[in-house]
Amino acid sequence: MRKHLYAAYTKHLNTLLTLILVGILFLTLRWADTRLDDFTLRILRTGAVYIVAAVSYNLINGITGQFSLGPNGFMALGGYTVALLMLPLPQKKFVWFLKPLIWPFNSFSFPSTGLFFSLALILGGLMGALGAFIVGIPSFRLRGDYLAIATFGFGEIIFVLANNLIPLTNGPLGMKGIPELASIYWCFGWAVIATLIVKNIANSSYGRAMKAVRDDEVAAEAMGVSVFQTKMLAFVVSGFFAGVAGGLLVPLITTISPTLFTFTMTFNLLIIIVLGGLGSITGSVITAFSFAIASELLRAVEAPMNIGPIHIPGIAGMRMVVFSALLVLLMIFYRRGIFGQFELSWDWIRSIPAKVADKEVPKKWTREDTSS
Amino acid sequence: MSLETFIQQLANGISLGSLYALIAIGYTMVYGILRLINFAHSDIFMVGAYFAFFLIAVFKLPWLVSAILAIVLTACVGMTIDRIAYRPVRNAPRISALITAVGVSFFLENLGLVTVGARPKPFQRPDLMARVIRIGPAAISGVSIWVPILSIGLVAILLYVIYRTKLGMAMRSVATDIDTTRLMGVNVDTVISYTFAIGSALAAAGGIMWACKYPQINPLMGIYPGWKAFTAAVIGGIGNITGAMIGGFVIGLIEIMAVAAFPALSGYRDGMIFGLLLVFLLVRPTGILGETLKEKV
Repeated sequence: MRKHLYAAYTKHLNTLLTLILVGILFLTLRWADTRLDDFTLRILRTGAVYIVAAVSYNLINGITGQFSLGPNGFMALGGYTVALLMLPLPQKKFVWFLKPLIWPFNSFSFPSTGLFFSLALILGGLMGALGAFIVGIPSFRLRGDYLAIATFGFGEIIFVLANNLIPLTNGPLGMKGIPELASIYWCFGWAVIATLIVKNIANSSYGRAMKAVRDDEVAAEAMGVSVFQTKMLAFVVSGFFAGVAGGLLVPLITTISPTLFTFTMTFNLLIIIVLGGLGSITGSVITAFSFAIASELLRAVEAPMNIGPIHIPGIAGMRMVVFSALLVLLMIFYRRGIFGQFELSWDWIRSIPAKVADKEVPKKWTREDTSS
Repeated sequence: MSLETFIQQLANGISLGSLYALIAIGYTMVYGILRLINFAHSDIFMVGAYFAFFLIAVFKLPWLVSAILAIVLTACVGMTIDRIAYRPVRNAPRISALITAVGVSFFLENLGLVTVGARPKPFQRPDLMARVIRIGPAAISGVSIWVPILSIGLVAILLYVIYRTKLGMAMRSVATDIDTTRLMGVNVDTVISYTFAIGSALAAAGGIMWACKYPQINPLMGIYPGWKAFTAAVIGGIGNITGAMIGGFVIGLIEIMAVAAFPALSGYRDGMIFGLLLVFLLVRPTGILGETLKEKV
């Protein structure tokens, strides 16, 4: 009975602590919003958008173990949805000067308010989820790595459509003048929502089914887990938040064009989740945010440098060479990433004093190589 | 469409298809043995074209010599990639190997962008390839004739190696059951290494011929041909070499013919192939010739 009460108590305590943390985050954001300059704020907002995208990507790649290459396609769906809904009508007439915009988007636009922006974001997320559902049907009926091929193909189809469906997307020119609605509160708000939802899914019975599918699909199926449904749930939720991330990115930079959502976007997210640890949500949050800041700092690598008497000319594109080499090296030497499958949680933080007190800590079961 | 343009487009489609077939074989061989999508294969194709370009333009070697040297060098690159990047992750979870492959692919592309630059380079093609040949009313460029002939020759050599030599027997054996093969005293790693070498050599040959067909090369030239070739491998039945060839020809012909028949669709030609891939995964995931792979528990 006491044990039961203690469990209920820690659960409520954890919720309370999370709420306090969110409150602290909000106060920090208020401070940042008033004190920091636009450039720094923009980096912080991008970091938050990366958190939304990376956390959702980790749900399918890390927790469910299905290799998707699709977030750029789903982000594009979300981004274009939000752009079409939020672009003001006069601006629409100005943007589509070659061919007219098709109905219904030529007759209405959402007012630039927070309420309608969140509605547009949810619709963008639903588009991403729908895209994930469509790709999921052929891919998840099969065992093997068909998801990687199908999602890549889907991303390319979206790219081709964005370039060619001029009456809907304005082709390669894209759109500009989208109201800058993605304030720091929206970005971090969605980052918190995405993280909490994905983390709760990962800790629920659905999440355990996902991890079972990742570790051994055949065994999971034998235990009564519906492999198709489990993969589909993870993928659709992942697609939803990827759509939201795309929808946040567009009103952040106020323009959209097909090149915004190329495969490089997926590649960056892949580095983030691998570095943070495939399967660790908190790891993804930390690395996603650090990545946004680090990729700004790493611009210095591409600038000309003088180290003492040696002059190194700046090489554009060197960052991506470093990143891709880093990814391969991580996979060979440091496969578990920074966090592995470990989650930073209140329970863990509370257990620190006990661990320090008696050194005998039972080692948690970890996944070793389970390739079939 | 007049008869003249039809013959021209047919020749065009067949030559494009035979190039897809050459690349698709490399994908399908590696997949058949390791169950790994070798994302870097499309960039090995690009590396092959660049080797040939530099041997011709910088070292001023005769065309045929540079082509053969480039193929050998690219085979070495393929083996090196396998040794450095893929072998360490061979026993890791499948997703690690795939991520490594994506990393290698991106590494080769970006290394190419940094070292040789993004600006497309003009590729010198031999007179044989550039000459125009008349068949009936249609004028067909030499490339469209020679590419299929050379490709079929290369595939014939490949089929001989696979079905008539000891190495080929070992490769087929590894594809069937890697552990049993190891127990039989075959050095599996060497066989896999040779598989990468052969696949990369074919990709290099494809890359050089691609550069003859479209004489402009850039570090990102491999991405689309590579993915379409992979689609061809899936459509033909992944793991099956004959299937990969058939798939290659199907994709090449569809791509050329659809655009020739409906010029308005030209912007969608890349999307079309990937749409076909999704349809195939839905309707017949094992491909035209594929058999259902048994799940090993």
